[in-house]
Amino acid sequence: MGDIAGYRRDTDGVHPPLASPGYASTRLRAPCRTPLMIPHTLTEVTGPALGERDFSALDADLTRQHGGEPLGERIIVHGRVLDSNGRPIPHTLVEVWQANAAGRYAHDLDRHPAPLDPNFTGAGRCLTDAEGRYGFVTIRPGAYPWKNHHNAWRPAHIHFSLLGRAFVQRIVTQMYFPGDPLFGQDPIFNSVRDPVARDRMVAAFDLDATEPEWALAYRFDIVLRGREATPFEDPEEDE
Amino acid sequence: MSTRGLTPSQTVGPFFAFGLPWPGGPYAVPEGTPGAVWLRGRVLDGAGDPVSDALIETWQADPQGRYAVGGFRGFARCPTNADGRWAILTVKPGAVPGPGGTTQAPHVAMSVFARGLLNRVVTRVYFPDEVDANAADTVLISVADPVLRATLVAGAVEGAYIFDIRLQGEGETVFLAI
Repeated sequence: MGDIAGYRRDTDGVHPPLASPGYASTRLRAPCRTPLMIPHTLTEVTGPALGERDFSALDADLTRQHGGEPLGERIIVHGRVLDSNGRPIPHTLVEVWQANAAGRYAHDLDRHPAPLDPNFTGAGRCLTDAEGRYGFVTIRPGAYPWKNHHNAWRPAHIHFSLLGRAFVQRIVTQMYFPGDPLFGQDPIFNSVRDPVARDRMVAAFDLDATEPEWALAYRFDIVLRGREATPFEDPEEDE
Repeated sequence: MSTRGLTPSQTVGPFFAFGLPWPGGPYAVPEGTPGAVWLRGRVLDGAGDPVSDALIETWQADPQGRYAVGGFRGFARCPTNADGRWAILTVKPGAVPGPGGTTQAPHVAMSVFARGLLNRVVTRVYFPDEVDANAADTVLISVADPVLRATLVAGAVEGAYIFDIRLQGEGETVFLAI
């Protein structure tokens, strides 16, 4: 077989440096050595296609997982998963998890003295549709304190996990809300040094998708690495 | 063609346990699959302490060296426990095509996520019983230092392969830029 078309390499400055001293947990965890650059082989350009058969339920409405309605501001979070060539990534898994409206995670080790909500777990999964679209209904998460530095607070955020279609496309990120006053003091948000790239983690308020008398909407498009090849040389992605 | 800017990576944080793991996650193959074997290990930090809030993901070919065919999932996900231990049930992959008509030794691609890792780190697990294939593998050959190269090869015990990941410092695992 001939050599396969690889994916575009990550652009400089898009991803945070692993050694980001402002985020204290990196100090004993960021590798010291520069990673070894390897070519893209079949291993890197293929990837898992998880779907309905792999989970007991895919659940895109985080407000209906319990007996009652969770407290907080109901919101719609939606967008598209695209590659860097602008092409939608269909039928790919999108996973989210987040704190509740009070800024408390449904996790045993979260010690923030804010109330848990018996009607909110804060985890969801869905697949993108044929055009790469996804959508969740959830509650706007609260900010919460952490012990990284004096008076440290995480801006409100929703964790996103994307499989993409190839091992190289796998990414975990966080979606933030526009205009958050906590951005300036947050070393995780600011670990992305390019301000243009950083802004791509901030959702846009979306009045058109806001449902009257029901829920505000935010739009968050996610861009994964695309192929080096031009589309007409790439039959695999033309299905 | 115009290109769109990539979405940056962020850490998985300490609280993913109710979001990402699922009961079937550690099973790249179903229990009872002929040839099934455990691949397990620990994640350790720069002080040699266990990383109890890491998440391991693996991706691999089937025993014939084929990816994602015939219902073979080839993907597993497992969080570490309080001792930094993880384990996935899989089958040993076959050799797979490599660049320029070469053949790659059997290997499992691995991602490690954790609090304190602002992006995943990627590595590969090779097998100790593939000495000849390993000696001809392009990626392994490109790691000149045999001590470093050894960080990419699992150990073997009865019924399991063992692969420890050292994120930083002495014995640091070779991580890959892909």
